[in-house]
Amino acid sequence: MGQSNNNDDVPAGGKKIVLAGNPNVGKSVIFNALTGLYMDVSNYPGTTLNMACGRYGQDVVIDTPGVFSVSSFSEEETIARDIILASDIVVNVVNAVHLEQDLFLTLQIIEMGIPLIVALNMIDEAEREGIDVNISRLERDLGVTVVPMVAERGIGLADLKKKLKSARTGHVDPALEEKINDLHPPVDRREALLILEGDDAISARNGLKRRPNREAMYKARRERVNQIVERVIRETGRGTSFSARLGRWMLRPATGFPILALTLFLVYELVGVLLAGVIVDGAEGFMGDYYEPAIRSLLAFFMHPDSVISRLLAGDYGVLTLTVTYLIGLLLPLVLGIFLILAVLEDTGYLPRIATLVDRTLAGMGLNGQAIIPLILGFGCVTMALISTRMLASDRERRIAVFLLALCVPCSAQLAIIMAIMAGQGAAYMVLYATFIFCLLVLTGTLLNSFLPGSVSPLLIELPPLRLPKMKNVVVKAGRRALDFFKEAFPIFAAGTLFLGILDVTGLLGAIRKLLEPLTMNWLHLPPEVADILLMGLIRKEFGAAAILNLHMSPLQNFVILLTLSLTVPCIASALIMFKERGWREGALIWLSVFVLAFLFGGGATRLLEVTTGLGYLQLLLLAGLVIVFTAGLLAILRLTVTKRTNKNLYH
Amino acid sequence: MQLDQARKGQTIKIISIPNKLTRVQALRLGISEGTVITCREVVPAGPVVVARNRQEIAIGRRLAKTIEVEPF
Repeated sequence: MGQSNNNDDVPAGGKKIVLAGNPNVGKSVIFNALTGLYMDVSNYPGTTLNMACGRYGQDVVIDTPGVFSVSSFSEEETIARDIILASDIVVNVVNAVHLEQDLFLTLQIIEMGIPLIVALNMIDEAEREGIDVNISRLERDLGVTVVPMVAERGIGLADLKKKLKSARTGHVDPALEEKINDLHPPVDRREALLILEGDDAISARNGLKRRPNREAMYKARRERVNQIVERVIRETGRGTSFSARLGRWMLRPATGFPILALTLFLVYELVGVLLAGVIVDGAEGFMGDYYEPAIRSLLAFFMHPDSVISRLLAGDYGVLTLTVTYLIGLLLPLVLGIFLILAVLEDTGYLPRIATLVDRTLAGMGLNGQAIIPLILGFGCVTMALISTRMLASDRERRIAVFLLALCVPCSAQLAIIMAIMAGQGAAYMVLYATFIFCLLVLTGTLLNSFLPGSVSPLLIELPPLRLPKMKNVVVKAGRRALDFFKEAFPIFAAGTLFLGILDVTGLLGAIRKLLEPLTMNWLHLPPEVADILLMGLIRKEFGAAAILNLHMSPLQNFVILLTLSLTVPCIASALIMFKERGWREGALIWLSVFVLAFLFGGGATRLLEVTTGLGYLQLLLLAGLVIVFTAGLLAILRLTVTKRTNKNLYH
Repeated sequence: MQLDQARKGQTIKIISIPNKLTRVQALRLGISEGTVITCREVVPAGPVVVARNRQEIAIGRRLAKTIEVEPF
């Protein structure tokens, strides 16, 4: 019965080999090595949201999301559960550094009676930490083959491949076996264990009532794990290595916030100053000075430069000129840069530590520390971040996080352009921009927290050991994401340019500019051409942001339009995901309110900046200070008026 | 006493975790009632970081307040 959802085509004689393990143990690396396919590999939970399938000889290899046990608590677990239930062989990947955590799942799969082989990964890290694992003893205790590995470096892979066929069912406690046999009516052996454990979904599937013994069974298994670990592990002296100390510092506010600030500063220097300044100037200069004239003169052979087709292909909004220049000249280096940085952050294990550090801070905004991960991912790609809000514990938190992502978090492509433009105008503008966005983020979050019913769910997160990022991992992951980005962006960009080109050729663009004048000229005090940017921004924000470079406005005007644009909902893709995750009604509500808020704040910022005329460095920084003070004041008022609705109920 | 009152470096034993969902999640991470853990870090007004052998877990302050522990 568990094998019912079996629709992958496995060739005759082939087996379904399923990779299972806790988050972050190296399943994806082994998957890549066996199948030759590439999966994202990272050092934080939740990378493998969709299952990946590949071939290994005659067999099919399936990767699963990392889970701590086979159960039905979350979507990831449900996916992993069903794949494991339907497997022929499970390769259980286990991290040698924390056996006591990982063996829990191992024992559970053994108790389900599934043929198993254990890949004992990261033995090099264990060695460095002073942990010695007695492998033959572990094999005897579990009753299955154990292969020591360092998957990242390919050590043990050949051994694993050789021993795959020796996968077998392990030792099950006789008393437990008896209980399983006593189940009435008899059910699938694998599902039987989950039913005994009181798994809702599986019990319901078999038409049985849920049993109450999960805790007792978990506890018994936990005790068995601890006994095994005690027998097989010998600690050869624990070193407080530098990484352990650094990990500590990241958690303490006094050192943690400076480290976080330094990290963000480095990102700004790398992307905003170095990448944007050097590479973009070079690339854009090349595109503008050589590529575009070349295309135009080439087209001139075939048609008149003023013909409609020529204008659509190579005019101001030419598909062959504008699209290519923006994508290759501008976005390629910037997006790749941001993806590289995000990949490094993910790989080091720093993200869960940031979550712990900011847990207290985020609580005021109705989020627990874990929400920092979608928020940071949002700076890479808001669409991806919106999907990752699923990992948040309660619907209330997902709602808040989605709203904040939609309003306050600019995605990498857009952020890169913002940094590039701001860095050209002086760092003070960047500071002011960051202050505006940050204060708005805090204010919006606090407001939502005050008025949405319910309360913050508690933080419970594992801190993986800090490690140096593996360069190959980082490069491949960033490259792959950048490729995905361009695959997705190119058609939308091309269609968007074509759309604008048609509007331009037909004269509709002028009409729209006229129509939006009250908004652009009167409210935001910007030239009417900004309407184009807003239109382009609806399609993709960085598309709009990139066009700002062509308008040659004053620094103040650039600032206002960038701020307004950042605050509107990212791109069509992210809007669609938002509708999908939150439902049409709530999605539309968020979308609309974000738009209204964006223009309100844009207009507000215009007036604020115009009042403080001159706009020297010092005045800008002073203004940033004022905004902070103002926000703090508002927050204090909010706290005072809305406080004592604090919740007796910790959960929901 | 409650977990949020633990001091850094202190070895403590978990007496009870009242919330059922947390109890099950903690079990999977290797911590249950009766487990002896060390308190690795207390973020001021923030989460408590505890460790069992090499495994570290951060527990939010409000959750820590509900977990009953005793010095070991």
